[in-house]
Amino acid sequence: MADSTTPAMAPAIDGWFTTGDEPALIGTRCRACGSVFFPREEAFCRNPRCAGTELEETTLSRRGRVWSYTDARYQPPPPYVPRTDPYEPFAIAAVELEEEGIVVLGQVADGYGVDDLAVGVPVELVVEPLDDTSSIWRWKPVAAAGEEAR
Amino acid sequence: MSDDVLVLGVGMHPWGKWGRSFVSYGVHAARAALADAGIDWSDVDLVVGGETVRNGYAGYVAGATFAQALGWSGARVATSYAACATGAQALDTARARIRAGMSDVALVVGADTTPKGFLAPNAGERYDDPDWLRFRLLGMTNPAYFALYARRRMALHGATPEDFARVKVKNARHGLANPNARYRKEVTVEEVLASPVVADPLHLLDICATSDGGAAVVLASPAAARRLGSGPGDRPVRLRAVSTVTPTFPNTVIEMPNFATDSSAAVAPPERTFRDSIAHAAYEEAGLGPEDMSLAEVYDLSTALELDWYENIGLCKPGEAERLVRDGDTTIGGRIPVNPSGGLACFGEAVPAQALAQVCEVVWQLRGQAEGRQVEGARAGITANQGLFGHGSSVILSL
Repeated sequence: MADSTTPAMAPAIDGWFTTGDEPALIGTRCRACGSVFFPREEAFCRNPRCAGTELEETTLSRRGRVWSYTDARYQPPPPYVPRTDPYEPFAIAAVELEEEGIVVLGQVADGYGVDDLAVGVPVELVVEPLDDTSSIWRWKPVAAAGEEAR
Repeated sequence: MSDDVLVLGVGMHPWGKWGRSFVSYGVHAARAALADAGIDWSDVDLVVGGETVRNGYAGYVAGATFAQALGWSGARVATSYAACATGAQALDTARARIRAGMSDVALVVGADTTPKGFLAPNAGERYDDPDWLRFRLLGMTNPAYFALYARRRMALHGATPEDFARVKVKNARHGLANPNARYRKEVTVEEVLASPVVADPLHLLDICATSDGGAAVVLASPAAARRLGSGPGDRPVRLRAVSTVTPTFPNTVIEMPNFATDSSAAVAPPERTFRDSIAHAAYEEAGLGPEDMSLAEVYDLSTALELDWYENIGLCKPGEAERLVRDGDTTIGGRIPVNPSGGLACFGEAVPAQALAQVCEVVWQLRGQAEGRQVEGARAGITANQGLFGHGSSVILSL
């Protein structure tokens, strides 16, 4: 990514998300039918009734609602790299982005667990360390107007 | 009806953690199926192997591996990979050749040797492999996906952890007398809820283990069965349908090993979800419906997922599965017993063998040979499963 606001923390994978103050996932959108793809689809539209071959880069909505959620109480096997020793569980959310009509997985932001989540609550994309040298997108619960993020 | 391919024989190697080569389980199961059919290995003109990616080169060419181990006989060979649906896809290959008149008697074999703990992706730096990336970037295990479905079910349909535990209690009881089951011990709801949480809301006893095991099925044309004078006798089991459909775009349910669903921005979601469509295609092909089924073997990778399957295969409407398990409808003796074998809860998963193991159980049930777990008067049964990469299957068998 061209964005270099956090030079010490390179994205853990190239071209999947932007960094900076308002990070976002990067997908592609078919110029012919408008279908959105994440991770990015480069060559051919996957809508079976669309012959589109021009897919333009697009950033996805930074906010969505939790479709479902869970956590990882036991350390996942390699190539997962644990951040701490001993291992500390982390939460995972599947988040529905209304405009794109897509559900995207992500770990949940540091400091938040399953008790802070519920199906339907709003979350926002943030970028945090994945390990000592790389960063990853995460979903962070946000308090909507008139309600508390639990 | 006269075109139906017949099941001449079925056989299994007991599930467990035996630590031997998958080949030995496959050969054991194959010999058992041949003996059950009352035919010789030399009567088989086609071998189809279910591929196992975990066992090196021999696993990638499973059909030939089993053929060589049984003794080269000149039989034709094929190998299938379809994740959890591997066995059904192998069965479909054999059925297609028989129905085309290109094979008389086919042997279908699947076997696996699994590691302890979580199923993990292939080793190496595999940045173009979504199955590798989901672990590297998210630490996303298979049980984490199962847990997303379970939590969603709780939010949408009011399922409780007790409902999930009831599925385990039922399946543990079903599998008690099954000689091929790995776990044969009753459990209580309290014991399930007291087991450690692996992926909230699922406990250790809600999630199926990984197992070693092997299963085999012998198929034949009606003419070949008559010529061999073997097997089915006066109660032939007929293979009525094998569904191996892929999803329809946009697939709006997040699935292993994906990072995201398809987008419904441009195209509305299909009438049926992927899991619904798997069984629907099987019913259409068989000309039968859920009301015709005497039993079902479904893929209880988690207890909660078994409840989803009740709805996916049409045993009840969405949101009613909890009532079925609470009322004992899916217990042996109930309206429509589900997983009379004990299911994955009692077996653990041996991926390329599992869809065939489901078929073995339905065959034994239809023949009245499921000692200690028999569904009385069983006349037709359905299997259903789903796994990675858009693979799923459903098989319907009947007398």
